[in-house]
Amino acid sequence: MLTKRIIPCLDVKDGRVVKGVKFKAHRDAGDPVELAAFYNREGADELVFYDITASSDRRPIMLEVVKKTADQVFIPLTVGGGLRSVEDMYRMLEAGADKISVNTAAVLNPALISAGARRFGNQCIVLGMDARRVAGAQPLRWEVYTYTGADGGVASGLDAVQWARRAVELGAGEIVVNSIDADGTKAGYDLELLRAIAQNVSVPVVASGGAGQPEDLYQALADGKADAVLAASIFHYGNYTIRETKNYLSARGIAVRL
Amino acid sequence: MIAIIDYGAGNIRSVSNAIRYLGYRAEITHQADIIRKADAVIFPGVGAAGDTMANLKKLGLDTLIRRLVLEQRPVLGICIGLQVLYSGTEEGGGYACLNIIAGQVKKLPPVLKVPHMGWNQVRQKRTHSLFAGIPDDANFYFVHSYYGQPEDPALILGETEYGVTFGSAIARDNLAAVQFHPEKSGETGLQIYANFFRMAGVRKE
Repeated sequence: MLTKRIIPCLDVKDGRVVKGVKFKAHRDAGDPVELAAFYNREGADELVFYDITASSDRRPIMLEVVKKTADQVFIPLTVGGGLRSVEDMYRMLEAGADKISVNTAAVLNPALISAGARRFGNQCIVLGMDARRVAGAQPLRWEVYTYTGADGGVASGLDAVQWARRAVELGAGEIVVNSIDADGTKAGYDLELLRAIAQNVSVPVVASGGAGQPEDLYQALADGKADAVLAASIFHYGNYTIRETKNYLSARGIAVRL
Repeated sequence: MIAIIDYGAGNIRSVSNAIRYLGYRAEITHQADIIRKADAVIFPGVGAAGDTMANLKKLGLDTLIRRLVLEQRPVLGICIGLQVLYSGTEEGGGYACLNIIAGQVKKLPPVLKVPHMGWNQVRQKRTHSLFAGIPDDANFYFVHSYYGQPEDPALILGETEYGVTFGSAIARDNLAAVQFHPEKSGETGLQIYANFFRMAGVRKE
């Protein structure tokens, strides 16, 4: 049986992992390569590096991080953040990334999805989507936001469910659904948003934003119908290890790789 | 030396990384003389079967791979490198493949999400050195939309279920092939490579 995936997400800025990481097990808590190796040993099913560097010289730094990670970590690695062209994607894949996550760039230029999928295969192209509930809308609706790194982002006018369907038609092989409302609250994922997307696309859906405890991951997988969960602070701050989280999920009947 | 056949499939770096990590020397190449000199050959693959066959033919590698197998040289196929060993595939409207293993490649049934992406179990059907030290039902990382099934079920080393039960690992003489990606399957995957190199008698650097 295909297992549900637990995916730690590392935000990388200028080649360093941001967000306080409080592990004693490794020497350099800010080194993305070390942290990737640590999570691999801990039983992570995949890893995501999200480059939040604002400066223009980000690419060489991130390529080096990806290369070093791919030299010693042998689980799938997704890289996102600021990749705007098929050439950008190619360089990351060549450095050792397995999948490319596109977000704002895909909203601005949907053809990026189809071009990437044609060249590298659908399995390589992940659509990252930041969505926010439309206040008061009945039935529930969510709007896609771009440039969410700064000042709450920019409303795109796109409906989240419709954008997800369109991205899959264009060739996206997976969709990471990030709830802006839930992100950082540690109060759980937006399960209604997850379900709405999962019921409308044929590709795997990855839940993102809002995890505070293993119970939240369980709900995203069981009730939110997600195929995988992305989590950052729940693991980075050392509150829960990946291993104990997986043991918890397994005890609750979720198939995971132990 | 281990030759990794390069026919423009991309993402071969992770295969060579895994081999180097295990302490062996790898060369990524499409040159017949280098491939023929290798102690073991990895035939990797990502992408579409039709493109793969076209590229192999263009580089003359289709004939070379058939000959390596005939000569009982150690060859390990991975993902598309497994699929094109079969007689043919229905991918992309249908293509004839290398016909090294009798059998057809079909699309995964749409009862579950396609591609089959993530960690799934391999149930071992017979004892084989490729799986030495690896427990039954161990998890490996899969990414594929098509699956192959050999006409001779005795070739199947391991099976995986995803809407259908398919041969996720097959072997005949010194040829072995897996649908999953050992280079993305953590320690268990590295063990597959280590076992294959031991079977092939490759020396470490």
